[in-house]
Amino acid sequence: MTAWLIKGAVIAGPGGHGVTDVLLADGTITAIGAGLSDAGAQVLDAAGLIALPGLVDLHTHLREPGREDAETVETGTRAAALGGFTAVHAMANTEPVADTAGVVEQVWRLGRAAGHCDVQPVGAVTVGLGGTRLAELGTMADSAARVRVFSDDGRCVADPLLMRRALEYVKAFDGVIAQHAQDPRLTEGAQLNEGEISGRLGLAGWPAVAEEAIIARDCLLAAHVGSALHVCHVSTAGSAEIIRWAKSKGWPVTAEVTPHHLLLTDEVAVGYDPVFKVNPPLRTAADVAELRRALADGTIDCVATDHAPHPVEAKETEWSEAAFGMTGLETALRVVQQAMVDTGLLDWPGVADRMSVRPARIGRLTGHGMPLAEGGPANLTLYDPAAPAEAVSPVGASKSRNTPFAGMALPGRVVATFLHGTPTVLDGKLA
Amino acid sequence: MKRHLISAADLSRGDALLILDTAEELASLADRPIKKLPTLRGRTVVNLFFEDSTRTRISFEAAAKRLSADVINFSAKGSSVAKGESLKDTALTLEAMGADAVVIRHSASGAAHRLAGWVRGSVVNAGDGTHEHPTQALLDAFTIRRKLRAASGRGAGLDGIRVTIVGDVLHSRVARSNVLLLSTLGAEVTLAAPPTLLPLAVDTWPCAVSYDLDTALPKSDVVMMLRVQQERMTDAYFPSVREYSRRYGLDTARMARLPDHAIVLHPGPMNRGVEIAAEVADSARSMIVEQVANGVTTRMAVLYLLLGGTEFPEVAS
Repeated sequence: MTAWLIKGAVIAGPGGHGVTDVLLADGTITAIGAGLSDAGAQVLDAAGLIALPGLVDLHTHLREPGREDAETVETGTRAAALGGFTAVHAMANTEPVADTAGVVEQVWRLGRAAGHCDVQPVGAVTVGLGGTRLAELGTMADSAARVRVFSDDGRCVADPLLMRRALEYVKAFDGVIAQHAQDPRLTEGAQLNEGEISGRLGLAGWPAVAEEAIIARDCLLAAHVGSALHVCHVSTAGSAEIIRWAKSKGWPVTAEVTPHHLLLTDEVAVGYDPVFKVNPPLRTAADVAELRRALADGTIDCVATDHAPHPVEAKETEWSEAAFGMTGLETALRVVQQAMVDTGLLDWPGVADRMSVRPARIGRLTGHGMPLAEGGPANLTLYDPAAPAEAVSPVGASKSRNTPFAGMALPGRVVATFLHGTPTVLDGKLA
Repeated sequence: MKRHLISAADLSRGDALLILDTAEELASLADRPIKKLPTLRGRTVVNLFFEDSTRTRISFEAAAKRLSADVINFSAKGSSVAKGESLKDTALTLEAMGADAVVIRHSASGAAHRLAGWVRGSVVNAGDGTHEHPTQALLDAFTIRRKLRAASGRGAGLDGIRVTIVGDVLHSRVARSNVLLLSTLGAEVTLAAPPTLLPLAVDTWPCAVSYDLDTALPKSDVVMMLRVQQERMTDAYFPSVREYSRRYGLDTARMARLPDHAIVLHPGPMNRGVEIAAEVADSARSMIVEQVANGVTTRMAVLYLLLGGTEFPEVAS
């Protein structure tokens, strides 16, 4: 295994140093310090670059098995690596649904074979995402995939009793239920955040309360049974407020926000281009401001992409016919720089915390989200925040092109990604 | 004027008046034995109807034919659309056939907007989901102006005319287009509806809102009754059809509260006995038949202006 000597990076993260060198060998960080040398190592000049612990995504749709026309584990993990990720959690709403040990092990093995980043399967909470019977959560936990995060993402576990049981049950193996908070009755036929824009466009409104009511209920349930709740893709100011309140009580609640909810508002829907159609919907500028504040103060624990690839025909249609979802892996860090760092809300150690340390902790991942330190795993991302803002191309490593940021100038550039000491990305390209 | 007519918001006051004045010129044609003009000879107008709407389709068809355009009626039922063809592929097909204008009716909000991105010809929105129906608003404005403004009203707006729109505003493309167009033309619009049938952010619209029809009626020069769709009746927007009718229906007692000169409009088709009593629909105040006739003239004006340029047609000769 080739050793790598990274020269002159700035380490962001807990205990971060100034400009320093990092030596990677045999999958671990063997040395950190100024003026390191190793004759046998490949040298990477990292002057001006920030070294982050490899990014971890808690919320990725890799679409395999079943929708290989939209994405595969291979293409999705390539996109992840290019975005600076070293681990992704693959959501369970595949075809067949990842609700058995067999399916989660298949996804886990596909991830190992692809090798662009670690793939940690998420198991479904209920059989077939049907919302009526618990899936075999313990069997998935005991499988080779070692599932700890369970989610019916795409659908809400709406039945309060079933949600209570799921939360309770996974305590036996330190699991966490990641809830897609969406009251189904309040969102029947819903298309866009309910407000001025939905009223003007004649698109059925998606009220904030449909998300907030479920989050409030679930926080109370998590407190009642003393089990871990994770709230997926928080999209409203009210949701952030409820989570802040739950945390102030010391309850075991964590939450994520997507890059697109940190940057875009429902105003972008005025052209009826379904590339902006997503679940939960884009909200208002006031919501965006509050989500940023909540991420900055730690109320919202992490950024998760909700990377949701769709084939062209699923988006080249009328708004109401189109699929929900946006890709996000390849742009996440640049969006976070624009929304959080360049606005002064978060520093780079903060980014390391929200995009690596905390998501790894919530996902119960070992070997990821560790501070860059001697003896630690050699998973890291080298990022150039000074790279001039460049328009995002709709064509990337993902099989799908439904990025809402196409044509938008975003700052920064992922220069290199190392997974277990081996580069998956060098000079911004797949290694 | 813009190349497409998708929203009433696309029309400036000048654009709207040009359409109404042109319609006024064209109206004189309707009284002549030969109702046809050669203006759009050789042009092709496609009526692309994904939703059944016989009255709107016939209105556009008559309008195009009176201007001598070739008309192709494309109904989604029994066509390739029923076999799963996408809107985009349908658009590309029409494009290949050389449609100069596409009149589209679709159940999805924004369908006309999307279509305009895929074809070169002009797109006329003949109703898209719960979004807009701008030619309905134009024919309503034309009807109001003819009735309430002296002589032909040419060049005049609707300044100071008080219009009350009653009923399911939330799902109504007719209401959306009328609020925009009538306020552009200077009318004072009030929406009267139960709170469940108003958009959440209706306070951002250029109109007033009332939950009480009875207080709005004496201050109305025009009352526009919206159709109550069958599917609203079972989805808790109001307790029962009878209660809706009692609180928001226009019966003879309510009609008596209107000023003497006030008129009643309805875009059709009507639910007699629900939002409008038969006696009201058939009364002298009712402009419902005039609306249909004016629909053809107004749509002629729209097609003429979008396809034929801004020169005035020689109708008088």
